[in-house]
Amino acid sequence: MRLTVNGAQHHLVGLDPRTTLLDVLRERLHLTGAKKGCDHGQCGACTVLLDGRRVNSCLILAITQPDARVTTVEGLGHRGEPHPVQQGFLEHDGFQCGYCTPGQICSAVGMLDEVAQGWPSAVTESDSEDLLADAEIRERMSGNLCRCGAYPNMVPAIREAAGR
Amino acid sequence: MKTFEYRTATGLADGLEPGAVFLAGGTNLVDLMKLGVATPDVLVDVTRLPLDQVTELPGGGVRIGSAVRNSDLAADRRIRTGYPVLSQALLAGASGQLRNMATTGGNLLQRTRCRYFMDATMPCNKHLPGSGCPAREGDHRNLAVLGGSDACIATHPSDMAVALAALDAVVQIDGPAGSRSIPVTDLHRLPGDTPERDTALEHGELITAVDLPVLPVAARSAYRKARDRASYAFAVGAVAAALEVKDGLVHDVRLAFGAVAPKPWRALAAEQALRGQPATRESFLAAADAELAAAQPLRDNAYKVTLIRNLTAATLSALTGDVR
Amino acid sequence: MTNTLSRAVGSPLARLEGPAKVSGAARYAAEYPQDQMAYAWIVPSPVPRGRLDAVLTDPAEEDDVLVVLWHGNAPHLEKSDDPELAVLQSDRIAYRGQPVALVVARTLEGARRAAQVVQLDITAEDHDVELRADHPDLHTPDEVVPGVPADTATGDVDAALATAPATVDVTYSTPALHNNPMEPHATIARWDGEDLVLYDSNQHPSGIAKTLGTVFGLPAERVHVIAEHIGGGFGSKGSARPNAVLAAMGSWVTGRPVQLALPRQAMFSMVGHRAPTVQRIRIGASLDGELTAIDHESWTQTSRLFEFVESPGVVTRSMYPVPNLRTSHRVVPLDVPTPRWMRGPGEAPGMVALECALDELAIRLDLDPVELRARSANPGYLSCLRRGAERFGWSGRDNRPRQRREGDWWIGTGMAGATYPANAMPSTARVRALGHDGYEVAIGAADLGTGARTILAQIAADELGVPVDDVHIRIGDSTLPVASVAGGSSGSASWGWAVTGACRALRESGDDEATFDTTELVGKMPTDRHAYGAHFAEVRVDAVTGEVRVSRLFGMYDTGRILNPRTARSQFIGGMVMGIGMALHEESVLDPALGAWVNHDLAEYHIPAHADVEQIDAEWLDEPAADLNPMGAKGIGEIGIVGSPAAIVNAVWHATGVRIRDLPVRLDKLLPSL
Ligand SMILES: Cc1cc2nc3c(=O)[nH]c(=O)nc-3n(C[C@H](O)[C@H](O)[C@H](O)COP(=O)(O)OP(=O)(O)OC[C@H]3O[C@@H](n4cnc5c(N)ncnc54)[C@H](O)[C@@H]3O)c2cc1C
Ligand code: SF4
Ligand code: FES
Ligand code: FES
Repeated sequence: MRLTVNGAQHHLVGLDPRTTLLDVLRERLHLTGAKKGCDHGQCGACTVLLDGRRVNSCLILAITQPDARVTTVEGLGHRGEPHPVQQGFLEHDGFQCGYCTPGQICSAVGMLDEVAQGWPSAVTESDSEDLLADAEIRERMSGNLCRCGAYPNMVPAIREAAGR
Repeated sequence: MKTFEYRTATGLADGLEPGAVFLAGGTNLVDLMKLGVATPDVLVDVTRLPLDQVTELPGGGVRIGSAVRNSDLAADRRIRTGYPVLSQALLAGASGQLRNMATTGGNLLQRTRCRYFMDATMPCNKHLPGSGCPAREGDHRNLAVLGGSDACIATHPSDMAVALAALDAVVQIDGPAGSRSIPVTDLHRLPGDTPERDTALEHGELITAVDLPVLPVAARSAYRKARDRASYAFAVGAVAAALEVKDGLVHDVRLAFGAVAPKPWRALAAEQALRGQPATRESFLAAADAELAAAQPLRDNAYKVTLIRNLTAATLSALTGDVR
Repeated sequence: MTNTLSRAVGSPLARLEGPAKVSGAARYAAEYPQDQMAYAWIVPSPVPRGRLDAVLTDPAEEDDVLVVLWHGNAPHLEKSDDPELAVLQSDRIAYRGQPVALVVARTLEGARRAAQVVQLDITAEDHDVELRADHPDLHTPDEVVPGVPADTATGDVDAALATAPATVDVTYSTPALHNNPMEPHATIARWDGEDLVLYDSNQHPSGIAKTLGTVFGLPAERVHVIAEHIGGGFGSKGSARPNAVLAAMGSWVTGRPVQLALPRQAMFSMVGHRAPTVQRIRIGASLDGELTAIDHESWTQTSRLFEFVESPGVVTRSMYPVPNLRTSHRVVPLDVPTPRWMRGPGEAPGMVALECALDELAIRLDLDPVELRARSANPGYLSCLRRGAERFGWSGRDNRPRQRREGDWWIGTGMAGATYPANAMPSTARVRALGHDGYEVAIGAADLGTGARTILAQIAADELGVPVDDVHIRIGDSTLPVASVAGGSSGSASWGWAVTGACRALRESGDDEATFDTTELVGKMPTDRHAYGAHFAEVRVDAVTGEVRVSRLFGMYDTGRILNPRTARSQFIGGMVMGIGMALHEESVLDPALGAWVNHDLAEYHIPAHADVEQIDAEWLDEPAADLNPMGAKGIGEIGIVGSPAAIVNAVWHATGVRIRDLPVRLDKLLPSL
């Protein structure tokens, strides 16, 4: 099976059908940026972009994704230049232990794209409102838990990364 | 997780061999497989079938393909304006990541979050028939007050399904014995003494789409969900409502309750009590009471009765005023 | 002495490991690739009490299984002072979820499956998992923490309570809570000959090397523990947990490196938790709010393996000067997992009872809750109360409940005091001059996200008189000089002290290398010093659903010198966020019939999500405690969770008029009274 991760093609030989995308990334490709916090879709630490969309890689069986394009935290930004969301997290101390951080960052990148497409959230009251208001960012990022409680610093980090 | 064979579905009515199940977004099935609660021999992936579109039906109304992702459906302009309760219900559920994976069919067929059910080492009539129901004496704070049985008091966890129940949605099914359609309110069954069976589907039957009928009242509809934290939590009580008021009287109404029963609970008794009544908080409360009269709360879930009563009144009241 | 010249300490330096953390390059315990690595999975006991007679395995079914270990075939381990580490050594089952077997397989998938299908032959016995204040087996522990007595009494509490013009007599309870760091406990173990190498997620590499050495009969220096980055711990990684021993055992038997990363569900049994407490608190006061008597009684539970006593009453011994004061602790061993430290152990639940009871007293006396406390506050605490009240906008508060309503929301404010002991523990640091490459500072400390690495670099830079960039910090490794545990909010003080000493020794000696051990100095440090603080909360309660939101939370702290305002603020806020969880969300639910925590995952055990955290901020007095340690620092890691839950509970009362005395405050408890 073929899998493109951060632009590089990988051929996965002898893939166990039970192996999740997360375990392929971590255990086979040694891309340990994506974290395992719960393995059941309950924390967001394993968030990666699958064909551009943010997903929980712990609930995706790798075998179901032939030819998929995966972006992990390692694939954001270029050649030593951090992605604006990564930069924002650095500037605002948007993390402590850092374990939820790659998931938060990938999630934020995917989320900003959803906002650009005009997708509503559970707190969106009307079309005309600011989809990157603080309450919007919080709701949209709620699929990523942070036990260190670094949330308040992530909100401005994400807002600024969006150029606001 | 038990090992299994994987293949992609090629046609609609392929059917399934014994031990085979359909796989869609996987957000529930893969979860349960890891837990050892689901142990299929074969997974048949339905996400490559051409079922991922939202289309308009010839006579009006909307057809939602069963593989449409929850996030795409919530953002669909036709849904947001014609059936806002559905968009709101979807957005109130799970997380951005999960909604990107979860599908319409999978969401409808997700299984209960009863804590005993989700642990294969615990007894539970739903995952091991005959092993007993520890929830009745044990932890049932988020389990059913309506429609439960001695054997099982699980609640159905879906938000989307509650909105669909209120909207008179119809489920399109394809199977080895041909295709059929049933109202979404008939899809899930009450546990009785066979709680291991969640739905009216036969083995190998595939949900191909969910149809929303032309429903003018749906344009003024809303979903309100109460939960234990502000986001990324299942409902502990929810109400889907649509309301049309004429001359101060309830002209048309749709009402369904979530997180209180083994299925999304269409509140027909409440609707009946409301039609033609003044659109006031008092009538709304009386209607909720009419439906909740059948409630059989246990030690720790009686609050749900108050919660649903309050939510019903608040959601309907908001719909009388607000033209969102 | 160098303080006036300092530039780095006190500056908001960004975390040194930040770029590695945001790019995914930072490696945590389970992320060190090994040749031929095998994967281990634990088999948890399905009963809370009984005997494991046999493990029946069918290896043919799972062909990639290397071995299934249980007490019938596991290698013998030496005794350590933690009986929990005697894994797979006996047939006794002490709690549900206790590891009774270990599967080691070539693949992760194979290990997990084999662990699910392994057949256990178990004789279950009657169990008892219910904490009751009248449990017949309750007893008085010898000590609640080494050196801290279970009971204390001064004055005549009964007489003072009987004659006090105003009294409250209330019982508060706090549920079992789980630390749930985002990175579950994980170990990769490898034997290099007779030497044991462990990549392990923990708060104390030096201590774990020693413990594992004891367990495997090796001197500590033959065990190499690496913990470069740790995904949080909050107390649960303070000492060796069974995962480290099991991984090492699996590796010994199979001859391969073995990875054991605990599934989240196992985080609820074998790594510790905060025990539930029941606390009765009686306060006597004069009509103008002078505290004359306090009696604080606590009941809690422990396991049958190990007596760990959650000690809520200890905080009451130092918070307010009271002439007649009695505190007591009773504990009952049950067939439950062993409780351990969780952020603010004792203090966090204790301050729920004390500070909520004081709120109730203020109401009875018709006094402003800030004023009531101000009467008994020491100067540092008083400044926190005053400045915190000002920054929060407390003045002008209508003290009556249920007065503010906006739409469906009842709105209210509440406050509570905070405290945490100023600790330091002996540590050793080494500094080496590297010529043009600056200096290497080495200490076996651990950075769980506290910012320790960064702060130590700041301290060293100032002491050496060089820019921070010239300091290379090495921590997270047991082969470095022995350091104390990252716990008890003592890391910066303990390690900073050792680093300061080593840097000064280097400069004074003119040598290329200097080592400094603080054991003697720490022994002379005052032991009765505390950090203080005050928390202020604004909540809104949905009149329709009873849902509670914390719209504002503010903490003002007297925590000595703040070494790095940027990481300090994050620590304070992080503690307060956990305080929101403790007040509103977190509860581990034990099914009495099964003896199991039934909500043992992150979908059912709710920790605060982004949307639960609205406006939250922290400020501090920044007054160095010069007599404590050379940095003048007190700890900051835990005080944020001490008192913030009480502030929220008190605010909920103010919003609604409903007093909830059993945490967490949830909609089902509020709804009947809204
Ligand atoms: C942490 C977490 C939080 C969540 N929170 C919420 C929440 O708040 N509200 C909420 O509503 N949901 C919530 N969910 C559940 C989520 O919405 C469901 O898991 C998801 O909708 C299932 O869709 P899926 O496509 O992934 O289904 P799958 O997991 O692929 O399948 C689920 C079931 O449906 C069957 N199936 C799928 N498609 C078809 C078809 N076309 N025909 C016949 N059978 C089919 C499968 O065989 C399987 O039995 C949460 C899930 C998680 C993990
Ligand atoms: S309520 Fe139903 S699902 Fe839950 S334990 Fe009982 S039988 Fe199982
Ligand atoms: S590891 Fe995937 S959501 Fe937690
Ligand atoms: S930074 Fe530690 S969990 Fe988020």
